[in-house]
Amino acid sequence: MLFSQHRHPELTLAEKFWQLNWSLVLLITSTASIGFAMLYSAANGNIEPWAYQQMIRFAIGLVVMLLVAVSSIHFWLRYAYVIYLACLGLLIFVEFFGATGMGAKRWIDLGFMSLQPSELMKIVIILALARYFYASRMEDVERLSYLIFPVILLAAPTTLILFQPDLGTAILLSASGIAVFFLAAVRMWIFITGAIAGIASIVPIWNFVLLDYQKDRVLIYLRPEQDPLGAGYHVMQSKIALGSGGLSGKGFLAGSQSHLSFLPEKHTDFIFTMLAEEFGLIGGLVLLSLYFLIMIYGFAISLRCRHHFGRLVGMGITMVFFLNFFVNIAMVMGLLPVVGMPLPLVSYGGTSLLTNMIGFGLILCIFINRDVTLRPGSADRYS
Amino acid sequence: MHRDNERYRAFSRRAVLLFGGNVILLSGLIGRMYQLQVMEGERYKTLAEDNRINLKILAPLRGRILDRFGRPMAVNQQNYRALLVPANISNVNTTIAVLSQILNVSAREKKRIVREVKRRKRFSNIVIRENLSWRQVSQIEANALELSGVMIDVGESRFYPDREASASILGYVGIVSEREVVRDPLLQLPGFRVGKAGMEKVHDVALRGKGGTSQVEVNAFGREIRELSRIEGRRGSEAWLTIDNELQKFVAKRLGERPASAVVMDIHTGEVLALVSTPSFDPNIFNKSLSQAEWKQLISNPHSPLTNKAIAGQYAPGSVFKMVVALAALEKGVISKNFRVFCNGEVELGNTLFHCWRIKGHGQMDLFNAIAQSCDVFFYEIALRTGVDRIAVMARRLGLGQKFKIELPGEKAGLIPTRAWKRNVKGSKWQQGETLLAGIGQGFILATPLQMAVMISRLVNGGRLVVPSMTRTVVPFAGKPPEYITPPSFKNMGVHASHLGLVRKAMVAVINSPFGTAYKARIKEPEFFMGGKTGTVQVRRISEAERESGVLKNEELAWHERDHALFVGYAPLEIPKYAISVIVEHGGSGASTAAPVARDILLELQKRDPNSGSGAMPERREVRLEPEIQAKQFLRED
Repeated sequence: MLFSQHRHPELTLAEKFWQLNWSLVLLITSTASIGFAMLYSAANGNIEPWAYQQMIRFAIGLVVMLLVAVSSIHFWLRYAYVIYLACLGLLIFVEFFGATGMGAKRWIDLGFMSLQPSELMKIVIILALARYFYASRMEDVERLSYLIFPVILLAAPTTLILFQPDLGTAILLSASGIAVFFLAAVRMWIFITGAIAGIASIVPIWNFVLLDYQKDRVLIYLRPEQDPLGAGYHVMQSKIALGSGGLSGKGFLAGSQSHLSFLPEKHTDFIFTMLAEEFGLIGGLVLLSLYFLIMIYGFAISLRCRHHFGRLVGMGITMVFFLNFFVNIAMVMGLLPVVGMPLPLVSYGGTSLLTNMIGFGLILCIFINRDVTLRPGSADRYS
Repeated sequence: MHRDNERYRAFSRRAVLLFGGNVILLSGLIGRMYQLQVMEGERYKTLAEDNRINLKILAPLRGRILDRFGRPMAVNQQNYRALLVPANISNVNTTIAVLSQILNVSAREKKRIVREVKRRKRFSNIVIRENLSWRQVSQIEANALELSGVMIDVGESRFYPDREASASILGYVGIVSEREVVRDPLLQLPGFRVGKAGMEKVHDVALRGKGGTSQVEVNAFGREIRELSRIEGRRGSEAWLTIDNELQKFVAKRLGERPASAVVMDIHTGEVLALVSTPSFDPNIFNKSLSQAEWKQLISNPHSPLTNKAIAGQYAPGSVFKMVVALAALEKGVISKNFRVFCNGEVELGNTLFHCWRIKGHGQMDLFNAIAQSCDVFFYEIALRTGVDRIAVMARRLGLGQKFKIELPGEKAGLIPTRAWKRNVKGSKWQQGETLLAGIGQGFILATPLQMAVMISRLVNGGRLVVPSMTRTVVPFAGKPPEYITPPSFKNMGVHASHLGLVRKAMVAVINSPFGTAYKARIKEPEFFMGGKTGTVQVRRISEAERESGVLKNEELAWHERDHALFVGYAPLEIPKYAISVIVEHGGSGASTAAPVARDILLELQKRDPNSGSGAMPERREVRLEPEIQAKQFLRED
C-alpha cells in the first residue's frame, strides 16, 4: 500500500517529516542521478562544468522541495493568486528588461543563476487555476460565464510567453492549463468546440502570429530532409545518434556521435539522445520507467487526496511533468518539432530543476495534507 | 455533499482518462525508440560509424581585374597545394618530418601548421604549401602511405602576368589574417585569399564572389565518400579599370628601376590611363609563402617599392607650380599680359638674396617668356604682388592640396600653405621670403604626381574641374562593360579663358620654342606635338659660398642631394586629350630627365590612340582653342 489510512487533520513538523513519501523522494533522486552521469559524460568524462554545478543545484532543490513539502497547504491556497501575480509580474519584467538569448527574452539574471519566469509559471498557473476551481460546484463549471476568469488567468501568461517568443513553452503552458479545466469537470462539448476553433485558427495564426524561425521549425518537422544542414540538422544528427545506440548502447562515455560534436546541445535539450546512444534502448527504458513511476505516484496521491484543491494541483503538476519529458523525448526522436524544452530532472539548467523540485514539493505537501478539510470558502477564511 | 461526490467522481474519471492518454503517448515513445534503436538500429549504426555528414564550402573563383579594353591584369592560375587533414594523422610532427624531405618545411612553417592544427576544427584542412611543382606532387603521391594525412588538391591562385608593371595599381592578395577571420565561413577556408592592397583591396568584396556549399558524406576518419548535394557559388565580379595596360607596361619600362612615378590621364573624363610607381615589386610573391628575408628586403629598400609614389609621394612641385602663380596674378589683376620684370639673376629681399636658376639672368621678361624660360625672378616678383593666400586659392582650384578619393588606398593630400596654416600649424608668422619661395613652387608646398596630372588636365581641358578615376565598372563574370560610358560632366572652375589661353601658349613654347626649357625633349612629328612645363626641385640648400665658387652640378652631388626632376605635359597641342606628370626622384633637371620620359610616353600614347588610327577609344568632347593661340600660328609668329 502506498498510503497509510491514518487521518490526521493537523500534524506537527516532525510528524510531517515522518509522513513524507520517502520512496518518491528516492525516485526523484535516482532520476536526477542519471542526469549527473549524463552531464559527466557530456563533458567528456569531466565533473566540470556541468555535473558538479547540477549536483549543487539538486541539493538546493532537494531542500526547497522538502520545505515546500512540510509547508502548510493553506498557505498555498491562500496565496495562490498572489504568487500568480508575482510570477506574471516577472514575465512582464523579462519582456522589458530580460536578458536576450537565442533571439528571445527569457531570463532574469540573478547573478548566481538565471531565472526563467516562464518555467516557474508552469507550476504557478496550476496553483492559480486549482485555487479558482477548488470550491466550484458542478453547476458552476457548467456555466460559460464562470469560465471567463480562469481563461484570462491562463491566457495572460501564455500570451506573454508567446511574445518572448517561446512557442514551445506557451503551448505547453496552455496544454497543462487546459488539463486543469478538464479535471475540473468542465463540460466535454466546450473542449470539442475549443478544439474545432483551434484547428480553424491555424491559418490566421500561421500567417500573423508565428515568427519565421518558428515557421521554419514546424516546416522542418514536417519535412526534416528538406534542410539537413540548417534547422533539420539537429534532429537528423539526434536520430542517428539515438538509433546507433541500438539495444544496449555504446557504453558510458563512448557515444561517438555525441562526443564527436555531431550532437548539438547534448547537455541540455538533447541529453536524452546521449543517454540513448550510450545506454541504448535499455537505458532509455530505465529512465522512462522512473518517469512513469513518478507519474504513478503523482496520480495516486491526487486520487487519494480528500480536497479538490490538492487533487487539481497534484494531477496538474503530474501533467506538467509528463508533458515536459514527453515533448522533450518526442522532439529528440523526431516526433515533434524542436522547441527548446529541457528534460525534467536530467537536463542541465537551474530554473527547470528548481521548478520541478517545487512541483514535487507540492505533490509531497498534498500527500501529507491528504486528509485536511478544505471547505469551499476556507481560503477566504484565511485571507 | 452529493454534488461534491459527483465532482470527485468526475475528477477521478477524467484523471484516469488523462492518465490513460499519457500511457498511450508513452507507449508511442517506447515504440519510436524501438523503431529507431532496434528496427532501424543497424542503419543508423552504419550512418554513425561510416557516414557522417560534412558541409564543405566551395571557394568561388576570384574575379579578374581587366584593363579598359578587357585585357587581363590579374587572373587566376592552377595551383597544386599540399593540404594537411588533421583527423587523419596521429602525430603532426612525424608527418611534417617526412614531408620536409620533399618540401623542405622550415621551422617557422612548422610552427604555423602546428598552431593552425590546434586552432581549427577537427575536419578542417590546413594548407601546408602552395604552388607545388610537378616533381613535388609526384613525390608526395609516391609516399602516400607515410603521408596518409597529406592531400594534394588543385586550386586556383592569383596571378599577375605583368608582375612589377602594375603592382602599384593592383596591389596583391594574401592569406586572411587571424584578426580578419570572423563569421564569414568563406574567410575560414584554408588558403583563402583576400585583397590586401591596391585594387585587390578596393574591390575585394565584389571580386571575392559568393561561396558555394557541398554536402558530403565523410567516414569516421574524415575521408569524403560521396557528395550529397551541391549549391554552386558565384564567381567573383570583374573589375574593369580605366588603365590601358599596354601603356602601363610601356610607362613602367620607360621609368625603369629608378625611384620615379608617372601618371597619365584623360583630361576630359579624368580616367587614369597609366599610373606607375617605381621601383615596384612582384605581387605574385605575396601569393607564395613570402620568406622573412624577402619581406625585409621589400620594406627596408630605401626606394620604398611598397609605397605608391604616384598618390602617396609628396614633392615640392617647383617650376611646375608657376602656372598656378601666373593664373593667380592674372586673376587678381596685379599683372597683365604685357607686365614686365627685369631679371638680373637675383632679387634681394631684406638681407636675403633670392636667385634665379640662370645665374646671369634672363633680361626683360613678360609672363609668356617667364614661363617658357622658367624665369624665377619674374615669379618672385609676381608672387609677392599676389600674396600667398591668393596663390593657395588658385592652387586648390587646380586640384592641389586635396585628396580626390581615388579608389586606391593611401592617397595623400599634399600641402598648400597659407598664412593661417602657418600660424595654426607652425605657430609663427608667415614670412615674405616664403611667399617668394612659393612663387617658384618650393618651400612648404607639396603635391603628388596625381595632383600635378590633374592640375595640367584642368589647365588644358577648358578649365573644367576634372577628377581622376581608376575604375570604369565592376560587372559580373563574363559581363561586358557598357559600350559607352557617359563621361561625367565637370563644372567649370571659373578661370578666365584668356588667362588659361596665355598660360597654355607659354606651355607650348616651353617645349616647342628654341628658347623653351625643354626644347631638346620636344616631339618632332607635328601631328603629335606636346606642351608642358618642366620643374627642377632643389632638395638641398645652396650656400652663398657655393654660389661664389660655382654651384655644383647634379652629377657632382651624392644621389640623395640631387634635384628632383619633374615634368607635366599634355598632348596633342591643338585638341588636347592626355595629360601626364612625371617625377624622377633626384633625377637631375626636369628638362633633361623627366621631359624625355614624358615625351616618349606621350608619343607612344598618341601613336597607339585608335582615334588617330582606327577609333576604338570612347569619343571625346573637343576643346578648340582660339585661333590666335594655336601652336602652329604661334610658331609662325616667332
